Amino acid sequence: MSRKEWPLWEVFIRGQHGLNHRHVGSLHAPDAEMAIHHARDVYTRRKEGVSIWVVKSNDITASSPSEKGPLFDPAETKAYRHPTFFDIPDEVGHM
Amino acid sequence: MYAQMVKSEGMKSRDEMSPEELAFQDRIDRGEKIEPKEWMPEGYRKTLIRQIGQHAHSEIVGQLPEGNWITRAPTLERKAILLAKVQDEAGHGLYLYSAAETLGVSRDDLMEKLHSGAMKYSSIFNYPTLNWADMGAVGWLVDGAAIMNQVPLQRTSYGPYSRAMIRICKEESFHQRQGYAIMMKMAAGTPAQKEMAQDALNRFWYPSLMMFGPSDAESVHSAQSMAWKIKINTNDELRQKFVDQTVPQAHYLGLSIPDENLRWNEEKGGYDFSEPDWSEFFEVIKGNGPCNRERLGARVKAWDDGEWFREGLYAHAEKAAHRRMAATTAAE
Ligand SMILES: [Fe+2]
Ligand SMILES: [Fe+2]
Repeated sequence: MSRKEWPLWEVFIRGQHGLNHRHVGSLHAPDAEMAIHHARDVYTRRKEGVSIWVVKSNDITASSPSEKGPLFDPAETKAYRHPTFFDIPDEVGHM
Repeated sequence: MYAQMVKSEGMKSRDEMSPEELAFQDRIDRGEKIEPKEWMPEGYRKTLIRQIGQHAHSEIVGQLPEGNWITRAPTLERKAILLAKVQDEAGHGLYLYSAAETLGVSRDDLMEKLHSGAMKYSSIFNYPTLNWADMGAVGWLVDGAAIMNQVPLQRTSYGPYSRAMIRICKEESFHQRQGYAIMMKMAAGTPAQKEMAQDALNRFWYPSLMMFGPSDAESVHSAQSMAWKIKINTNDELRQKFVDQTVPQAHYLGLSIPDENLRWNEEKGGYDFSEPDWSEFFEVIKGNGPCNRERLGARVKAWDDGEWFREGLYAHAEKAAHRRMAATTAAE
């Protein structure tokens, strides 16, 4: 027995309504073509999507949990990036 | 449940916890999700692998008792429905294996542990499915009991597990309803058919109650798992909820629950009922249930017989990759 595990793939699916492909989970498959076939069976049994992407899990570079602070904290003090930061008088109407 | 008697480890009080463990517990208490690469206590990781692994194995082995009736469904429509249901269970197993793998265990390792008996699956799948009425009873009672456990687990602290449970719960309701629909049909059929429905209920009632596991109100393992939010309710709470929900459904069918002690208890707002025979449960867990050998045998056979096919696909994938490489080099 050669005992070689098929590689792991991450699966992304675009739903019916034209939104971005979204990560839905992962699966094992010997190659990209089979990964698409498997993804169809595992993740779209109820018409969850109109398009599938698969990416080898090993090819994904992820930010590390320890970088969470430096990466995301700076946005915390920039409330002015949100429209609700600005008070516009009712008389002005919808904006 | 689908994960019964999962051993947890490392119940610690706050003053026994390291600063890292304290910060971790605080995150869980705040309702934050723990994600794969983040720091976690070794006990949390190990307990989750056991629990998610056992849950996954249950979904996979759980295909067998129903798979038994796909070729003998009474109509083409029933056959298509049962096939779809069993296919869902395969999917559930796969979602859960993926979730377990994010904790650093390999799929092959989990398979190996299932096949060697080192990891368990739910006791319920070691009971036989003798006739078509059992397809009704399994969907209604077994999936019904599973739902009881899985709905709260959508809120579990481990992100990948929680997301798998959310997907699963979306699909489970169909399972229970198709089972109940079979029971309705049979209960409204000829006296012989109704008798079959009652007989199926009689046989599956106590094994379904066993799915929740023995009382764990006093268990240290459960206390730790609950603190970590990988267990949300006690076994008794879930069993009570299941009984309260199921009894009226049986009455609607005109069937009776096989329990002389079943009585509505006004004070607690729930039914009093008899405990299943726990010695039987422990025998089944040990491997001495009516179908343990058959189920595991079928699993191992499917895995071994599939070996050449998995290998073949791998070999094909490698050849194709080499060809692609050669083509790119030639073009340069
Ligand atoms: Fe399931
Ligand atoms: Fe199910």
